[in-house]
Amino acid sequence: MGGNITAEALDRDERRIGVYICHCGLNIADTVDVEAVANYAGTLNSVAVARDYRFMCSDPGQDLIKNDIKELNLNRVVVASCSPRMHEPTFRKACEAASLNPYLFEMANIREDCSWVHDDREVATQKAKALVRAAVARVYYNDPLEIKEIPFNPDTLVVGGGIAGIQAALEIADSEHKVYLVERDPSIGGHMIQLDKTFPTLDCSQCILTPKMAAVGAHPYIELLSYSEVEEVSGFVGAFKVKVRKKARYVDEDKCTGCGLCQEKCPWTADSEYDVGLSKRKAIYTPFAQAIPNVPVIDRDSCAYFLKGKCRACEKFCETGAIDFEQVDQFIELEVGAIILATGYDAFDPSTISQYGYGIYDNVITGLQFERLSAATGPTGGEIRLKDGRKPESVAIIHCVGSRDQNYHEYCSRVCCMYGLKVAHIVKDKTNADVYEMYIDMRCFGEGYEEFYKRVSEEGVNFIRGKVAKVTDKAVSEEEEGKLVVICEDTLLGSIIRVPVDMVVLCIALEARSDAEEVARKFIISRRADGFFLERHVKLDPVATPSDGVLIAGCCQGPKDIPDTVAQASAAAARALAMISKGRVTLEASVSHVNEDLCIGCGRCEELCEFHAPKVDIYEKPMPVSRVNEALCKGCGACAVACPTGAISIKHFKPEQILAMVDALAET
Amino acid sequence: MQALTPYKDAIDIVKEAGGEAFEQCYQCGLCSGTCPWNLVASFIVRRLIHQAQLGLVDFEDDDLWLCATCGACVARCPRGVEIIDIMRAMRNVVAEVGAAKVPDSLRITAKNIASAGNPQGEAREIRGNWAEESKVKTFTEGTELLYFSCCVPAYDPKVRRIAQATAEILNKAGVDFGILGATESCCGESIRKAGNESIFQSLANSNIQAFTESGVSKVLVSSPHCYHTFKNEYPALGGNFEVVHTAQYLLELIRDQKLKLTKELNKKVAYQDPCYLGRHNGIYDEPREVLRSIPGLELIELPDSREESICCGGGGGRIWIETKKGERFSDLRLEQAIEAGAEILAVACPYCMLNFDDSVLTMDKGEIIEIRDISELVWGAI
Repeated sequence: MGGNITAEALDRDERRIGVYICHCGLNIADTVDVEAVANYAGTLNSVAVARDYRFMCSDPGQDLIKNDIKELNLNRVVVASCSPRMHEPTFRKACEAASLNPYLFEMANIREDCSWVHDDREVATQKAKALVRAAVARVYYNDPLEIKEIPFNPDTLVVGGGIAGIQAALEIADSEHKVYLVERDPSIGGHMIQLDKTFPTLDCSQCILTPKMAAVGAHPYIELLSYSEVEEVSGFVGAFKVKVRKKARYVDEDKCTGCGLCQEKCPWTADSEYDVGLSKRKAIYTPFAQAIPNVPVIDRDSCAYFLKGKCRACEKFCETGAIDFEQVDQFIELEVGAIILATGYDAFDPSTISQYGYGIYDNVITGLQFERLSAATGPTGGEIRLKDGRKPESVAIIHCVGSRDQNYHEYCSRVCCMYGLKVAHIVKDKTNADVYEMYIDMRCFGEGYEEFYKRVSEEGVNFIRGKVAKVTDKAVSEEEEGKLVVICEDTLLGSIIRVPVDMVVLCIALEARSDAEEVARKFIISRRADGFFLERHVKLDPVATPSDGVLIAGCCQGPKDIPDTVAQASAAAARALAMISKGRVTLEASVSHVNEDLCIGCGRCEELCEFHAPKVDIYEKPMPVSRVNEALCKGCGACAVACPTGAISIKHFKPEQILAMVDALAET
Repeated sequence: MQALTPYKDAIDIVKEAGGEAFEQCYQCGLCSGTCPWNLVASFIVRRLIHQAQLGLVDFEDDDLWLCATCGACVARCPRGVEIIDIMRAMRNVVAEVGAAKVPDSLRITAKNIASAGNPQGEAREIRGNWAEESKVKTFTEGTELLYFSCCVPAYDPKVRRIAQATAEILNKAGVDFGILGATESCCGESIRKAGNESIFQSLANSNIQAFTESGVSKVLVSSPHCYHTFKNEYPALGGNFEVVHTAQYLLELIRDQKLKLTKELNKKVAYQDPCYLGRHNGIYDEPREVLRSIPGLELIELPDSREESICCGGGGGRIWIETKKGERFSDLRLEQAIEAGAEILAVACPYCMLNFDDSVLTMDKGEIIEIRDISELVWGAI
């Protein structure tokens, strides 16, 4: 028999269940006797028709269902075939097309759960029969559910103003939809604005980025919130509420003309973040000349007024009276429909690898610091120089620093082989020094990358295959005096070599931001084991996250070069625009539901829920009740389990439905 | 030109001996670059591993016996390859599967250990004789601590002072301890790394039986090699004992005020991190704390210390193999200690002591620097 038929059930409308057993070609039929299962299904209670067919998901297969619903007046449907993850939407749509509520449909998985995991035909057929019996018992208690839609807020939030955030913002804004671009640094530009030349074309990074930055600054549809951070996110896809903290610059943006006099006159300095510690900036500063917005910021940690109550030179010299020491952080509430996270990467700190001497020897620098030496806007005006000002006569470039290494990061950082080649080219071009490239593999996978490798080889760069063991200043011969000695095995020669050089450039890995965990929590997304944000599907959905409406783009999702970052940012923009264009969000109907007659307003459900869906209305009379925000609810069931009075149940997963399955499966 | 087809039997044989880790190696060569052998000669570790990957190991190659199992390569390997296991496996194929001849001195040592339970080949019965002077009792049921001296201090008069100093300290501190003497055998750590798996198994089983029958629960050792195998390898054979090295135990006694260190030692002392205490077992601070507790002692830190310490060359069975002059790691290390201004080089391992004493002699540095075990230094301060 199929499930307990209570007196209550008998009082309901008669159930007329259609059961369809799929052969799936030979996938199921080879192992399960599908005809026998269909015959068996026909004997179950309330089953009006039971058929078997080669491919239920095909058009004729679906037509079988649609025709039976119309002609046989079916009011419940069961398909026994593959996993619901494959075709539940297909069959639900078929039911809908025949005017049957899609939630009056059940699937029994007799493929992945049955024919694909068993060899014995008899055992598999018995199991298939049991699975069908359970599905039939369950569907008996299925209720038709209302499918709700909510309007989609056409405004978008982009978090992070590097190339990924800039690209995504521009694409959405160009479609005449509003974008809020929140950037925590004083200016947009991210890491790309620090770079000198980009591989493989050797385009000047700043030259190709600054027009986009200017476009962002001037765009009528982009509201740039710079020197700002997202504090809190609530709501759900289509209707997010975001609280942003606009940090105090202590400079009035409306009065500032960007003349730069305050920076000139300020006597206090600090290490320049933009130049990665290779130069100093003032306490009041714009990070670089092309900053957008071109408004300086006062750094409280190095400003004499904030530290000791003195100076105020900037205020004295400012001709428009833009300095405002009384400024406080402002809080802004935004309402958006979609969020794109483009928070970028941190550069690996190689001082943890003591054998490479970073932080110990003057002339061991990172790839990012090299960019600043090579850039015309950098501390040496674009000249490659050692700490003492001399031109290097020899440079070693070490690959895989902090990546492809279980002791630091196991992953390959994707861009370092290419930027290592670029460093080699620039050194050759500007100094004609001897260049040694110490690599394990050369990963030149992109458009023009292999060709760039060939070009650099033709410039006379020495390629040495071996992971560097040590960089030392202890000379063992005359030619090593005053040099840094790089020690490694040249694995192609099969011998240990000591290479004396003037400068060592470490190809450091890109790693997840140090606050990635915090950010992930704020936006309710997860991180992969390597620390970067988790995409919904590595191959088929790299911009979405498990949280609907929150998209990711750029290096926050994993190390990648500029072309891939721009492509991913455009993909995220397209995804956002698709949602904006549809204009509405279809909510999952299988959500939590509170029976207000049983609810005592204890609040346990509200405490438990990670998605903040249930909320107790404390003012309700005669007693507080909990109400569930169906847009936030993920249907996980935690609240239903915790509810002490049993007031909460999950639609489409009622106890009657589950228990009917249990009873059916327990039958022999 | 020969067709290269990975020689499956040769690959399997190394895997069966416990060397399957070579499958993870991506041939970056960091191991070769890090290995201390390349400070004095040439040893391309990576090539040996690639040979294992393709089943092309030349089992007659002398290089198979170079590895001192110091662990410097393993600590830095980006793939986490257990290189020492691969070395041990290849040696096992030579020593016990018989693929080639074991170096003579190792062969003799293995015979001695197998028959007499000590590498020197001396009589089992006299193993405990060193302790008579210090009036050390035999361990019996109920004794708190077993002191396991290691074969070298027990049998070798050059290094006996380690055991004697330790026994005197324990007596002074009123510790209830004893030795098992003739029923002890070599711990087996080094002979196992030299490929003699079955000798190790019988030594371990014999020791576990002797300890268990006598009711041993806590063991004090002077050698980091004994420490390593009792702690990490004996449990798999059913031997679960609490192990402490003198560097840790002496610190305990000092902190518990059971020892009063009052006599000053106004010397500059450098500490040699032994591979089997440091890199293999993460013990770096306790020995330094012990030395700092000695009044007047100025502790200086050598370059390449702690995780980067340079091996003395005694591990992996190499303590029983003659190393050519000019290729001795301990010579290099002694130079570093002298350059750093050390008057005493403090060691915490009998193998280190043997090697450094030798270096002092052959380099004629006896006027400049002395080698002392930490137990000796502590005893001198009481």
